[in-house]
Amino acid sequence: MAAQIRVLRRRIRSTQSIKKITRAMELIATSRIVKARARVEAAKPYAEQMTQMLSELATNSALDHPLLVERENAKRAAVLVVTSDRGQAGGYNANVLREAESLQALLREQGKEPVLYVIGRKGVGYYRFRRREVAASWTGFSEQPSYADAAEVARTLVAAFMAGAGERDTDEAAREAEAPVEKVESVDELHLVYTQFKNMVTQTPASRRMAPMEVEYAEESGDADDARPAAANDAKPLYEFEPDPETLFDALLPKYIGARLFAALLESAASESANRQRAMKAATDNANELIRSLTLQSNQARQAQITQEISEIVGGADALVSAGSEDR
Amino acid sequence: MAEMTVDLVAVERKIWSGQASFVLARTTEGEVGIMPGHEPTLAQLDSAAVVRVDGTDGSKTTLAVHGGFLHVTAEGVTVLAEFAELADEIDVSRARDALRRAEGEGAEGTAAAERANVRLRAAGAAE
Repeated sequence: MAAQIRVLRRRIRSTQSIKKITRAMELIATSRIVKARARVEAAKPYAEQMTQMLSELATNSALDHPLLVERENAKRAAVLVVTSDRGQAGGYNANVLREAESLQALLREQGKEPVLYVIGRKGVGYYRFRRREVAASWTGFSEQPSYADAAEVARTLVAAFMAGAGERDTDEAAREAEAPVEKVESVDELHLVYTQFKNMVTQTPASRRMAPMEVEYAEESGDADDARPAAANDAKPLYEFEPDPETLFDALLPKYIGARLFAALLESAASESANRQRAMKAATDNANELIRSLTLQSNQARQAQITQEISEIVGGADALVSAGSEDR
Repeated sequence: MAEMTVDLVAVERKIWSGQASFVLARTTEGEVGIMPGHEPTLAQLDSAAVVRVDGTDGSKTTLAVHGGFLHVTAEGVTVLAEFAELADEIDVSRARDALRRAEGEGAEGTAAAERANVRLRAAGAAE
């Protein structure tokens, strides 16, 4: 009986220390969400201006840049999955990975072979465990991404994308990406799977096609891609380009991919923190509940022990009294 | 005086926004000065450029821009920068150190030297 109380007390103590940890993680996540949301907001003007500029450029000059034109019989499609580096974030990674799986199934149905690119240690672990090939992966910045990280990922993706654009464009891609082209695996499409931060309680995994770009599609999809297409279409001002439009586009589009990627990374980071905050809140609540029921059990056990001791003493005294009366 | 709306936007934040009478920048083709009523233009800025904005209130904002675009419309001017630093925020002694380091590296440090140079020029122009 005494042993049972000891075990219960030990479990209460360990639950209490776990609770301290989950509570601390909850608080950290809460403060990170605020920062992450501020960064999402701060990065918005750039993405908006970039989209506006691109759609104007696209409408004002009849260009057939590889990043704009859909490729006939596309064979390979890059899928970039944005996951977190750490766990303890509830269903965050599972949801993103599920979305990635369904996108890959869809691509296979369309006869395209998906090529995986992964951000975040959790995603890397997921695909390694399943022995699936990952073309490239980046880790270590999922919670606080910087633009340099996004630019690095964008460089790799754009290089792979341009490598698939045919002979003429390969030279351009090489110049732009400053990377050796012959080693780059070529892809015909770029897809992105990340988590949208809608509000504190809703974060949904989403997949987007980054390239070939659909200008109309980008304009429709509101928010981050909030351009002013109507004005661009109506007025059609004559633009002066410095340098020529083709060169400008070559320089602009990797930046555009970078900006979109950066926005996606920031949203994913905010979603990750929100998910972690929720998961850790649930864990803290569970710990409280567990402590309560364990305390109850241990009190009952203690009471039972006391009752037993009393009845033993009373029983012993009775025995002594009756033994004494027989002697007489 | 005629004026136009100018936005200086970097990837991570909006740096400056307001009314201005003149914008000076350097594109890959050469220096351009933009005044209100300029024809619509899209230009790629030099990989290391100093951009100066003269506000209508007499203020002069100078910044170092590393890779970006200049977008002139009928409504105003937008400078999209991948990285940008306000001249007031530039640490001159650190930029000098960076320049010296970069020059020591020879050919590999050219880009870094250019960046440090433009920082110094932006800081110098602000004084």
